[in-house]
Amino acid sequence: MLEIKDLHVSIQGKEILKGLNLSVKPGEVHAIMGPNGTGKSTLANVITGRDIYDNISGEIIYKGKNLMEMAIEDRAREGIFLSFQYPVEIPGVSITNFMRAAMDEIYLYRGKKPMSGGEFLKYFNEKKQFVEMTANLANRSVNEGFSGGEKKKNEIFQMAMLNPDLAILDETDSGLDIDALRIVANGVNKLRTPENATIVITHYQRLLDYIVPDFVHVLYGGKIVKTGGKELALELEDKGYEWIKDHADIQL
Amino acid sequence: MSDSNQILDEVTQSDYKYGFVSNIETETIEKGLNEDVVRLISMKKKEPDWLLDYRLKAFRKWQQMDMPDWAHLKIPPIDFQNIIYYAAPKKKETLTSLEEVDPELIDTFNKLGISLEEQKRLTGVAVDAVIDSVSVKTTFTATLAKYGIIFCSFSEAVQEHPELVRKYLGSVVPYTDNYFGALNSAVFSDGSFCYIPKGVRCPMELSTYFRINAANTGQFERTLIVADEGSYVSYLEGCTAPQRDENQLHAAIVEIIAHKDAEVKYSTVQNWYPGDKEGRGGIYNFVTKRGLCEGANSKISWTQVETGSAITWKYPSCVLKGDNSVGEFYSVAVTNNYQQADTGSKMIHLGKNTRSTIVSKGISAGRSHNSYRGQVKINKNATGARNFSQCDSLLLGDRCGAHTFPYIDTKNASAIVEHEATTSRISDDQLFYCQQRGLDAEKSISLIVNGYAREVLNQLPMEFAVEAQKLLAISLEGSVG
Repeated sequence: MLEIKDLHVSIQGKEILKGLNLSVKPGEVHAIMGPNGTGKSTLANVITGRDIYDNISGEIIYKGKNLMEMAIEDRAREGIFLSFQYPVEIPGVSITNFMRAAMDEIYLYRGKKPMSGGEFLKYFNEKKQFVEMTANLANRSVNEGFSGGEKKKNEIFQMAMLNPDLAILDETDSGLDIDALRIVANGVNKLRTPENATIVITHYQRLLDYIVPDFVHVLYGGKIVKTGGKELALELEDKGYEWIKDHADIQL
Repeated sequence: MSDSNQILDEVTQSDYKYGFVSNIETETIEKGLNEDVVRLISMKKKEPDWLLDYRLKAFRKWQQMDMPDWAHLKIPPIDFQNIIYYAAPKKKETLTSLEEVDPELIDTFNKLGISLEEQKRLTGVAVDAVIDSVSVKTTFTATLAKYGIIFCSFSEAVQEHPELVRKYLGSVVPYTDNYFGALNSAVFSDGSFCYIPKGVRCPMELSTYFRINAANTGQFERTLIVADEGSYVSYLEGCTAPQRDENQLHAAIVEIIAHKDAEVKYSTVQNWYPGDKEGRGGIYNFVTKRGLCEGANSKISWTQVETGSAITWKYPSCVLKGDNSVGEFYSVAVTNNYQQADTGSKMIHLGKNTRSTIVSKGISAGRSHNSYRGQVKINKNATGARNFSQCDSLLLGDRCGAHTFPYIDTKNASAIVEHEATTSRISDDQLFYCQQRGLDAEKSISLIVNGYAREVLNQLPMEFAVEAQKLLAISLEGSVG
């Protein structure tokens, strides 16, 4: 589904990703772990197309298409979803209207007839259950005045609505208490199918107790230096990122 | 200049080509303005002497006045002797099908969701008998007559209801008020008159749309709305469809009188031709709009969505004379390319416990300049008066300007006046967030802008609000990237 080859990314003359490789197949959950400032969010931004980098080289192929040539919105319409680390506020725009606009665009792109108002509301109410959203929240402006937990719930709610093929969760556990974490993780798990894939970007092992990955990759110094199963996350938690320096799969 | 701009230009100018040269009896007088022209206008309209006197007094006053220069606007010199001040309702060139109409205009209509029949009406394509506006008008007028509501053209009102016109004309905006007001009072062409009798709640939105000659009221429009005791009316002016006109200068006056316990809600969507992307052409719109809350507990509410015109100079105001009367002003003003807008409101508190609210949302894009100018005045007898003003500016890009000029003048110590102002930009984070959900940049901006303006759009009658939302999106097209 997603093939990243020799990805180099730099911003303001500083190289952040230095030859990253990653292969994600349908049905898989990949965790990307690593210390702060190592390029985890950069990876999410580059896959989704955020245009703030000076230089990007290498290859990103998604469903056989060259992602680098696609606009941000087209990547989203092709089924790539990013759950933001810091979701922004859009005052005056209700979540209902926001999702309606997004889904209409996506349906049009895919050559499908947009949902009628009634169909949409039914679908909307169904998906609210995924993250135990209150009715009240859905009528509020997107992220305006939301608590940290509400913002993250709202991200997963949108994920449930848009039903992506490839979801990238960027530090979704940050700012969540244990109850919210469980709700959010349950939501993600319920959305898992053999057809879709998830990339979980996280600093801590904690989230991976709930969203169990098939692969854990350690991102360090701009490259994936070690790949393993879910036990690698536990080992990292136990031994810390310093340990990785001596146990990398590749030459650091 | 792009092809589409050329087409736009051609369309605006083609009106000019066909406008005055026609086979029918020409009802146009010579260019220029003097007392004879004012007399001629009055005579052509078969006006009574008192109205001619009014026009002449206004003209003499206007001659002594200077064009105001206090607004934050760059106004090219206007040659008032190079304008034709009277043309009878002119026949627009009749087209036989929409295929003869500029495709870009049709495209805009479609984006606005304007029906085919309505498109025909707006572009001057002959319409079939079933939807002929005459029949619409007849039904409409019959319904209003049942309630004793008068809603007609200004000229008609002068003939049919001279006592009402005479009583109220100039009672809120005297001809001495300002330069453009004096000019309008001297040469006003036509407009609307509306009277709601005591205790009547007008059962429908009154819209200029239903007045057949609304399309040709000309450049000096005059509107007078009188709401008698305990009555209510919601009045809609303009439409979201692009308005093209060969007259570059527009100077309208709207006067509203609300008697005791009466309420008037006045909503405007203004979308005159703003000029091309290089700032050539476009309408100059100098409007005086003022409402008088004459009686106790009366209320006047202005809501405006301003997207058109090259230059907008407009300050819908309320004079809160009756005790406990309420004035409101809700505005969204969008400027793009080289447009300039200097708009806002005046709230003059005279009565006790009078309350006013001003919510102004300016949106500037391109190289445009958008100014809010507002005055809140509390007179010494206005004990317990309150005002709340909120002025927000949203900037798109870094070549436009937003300016705020609030004036507050309080002569009563018990008054409470609050003023809040913010300036913001659409952030890259917001844009990226929307685009990541599948919206393109323009849709994203439109969504963010509509959210920003929601407080004002919510004041509009439902169907007007939906159209206004689309209009905001269209007005800002091409403002990113």
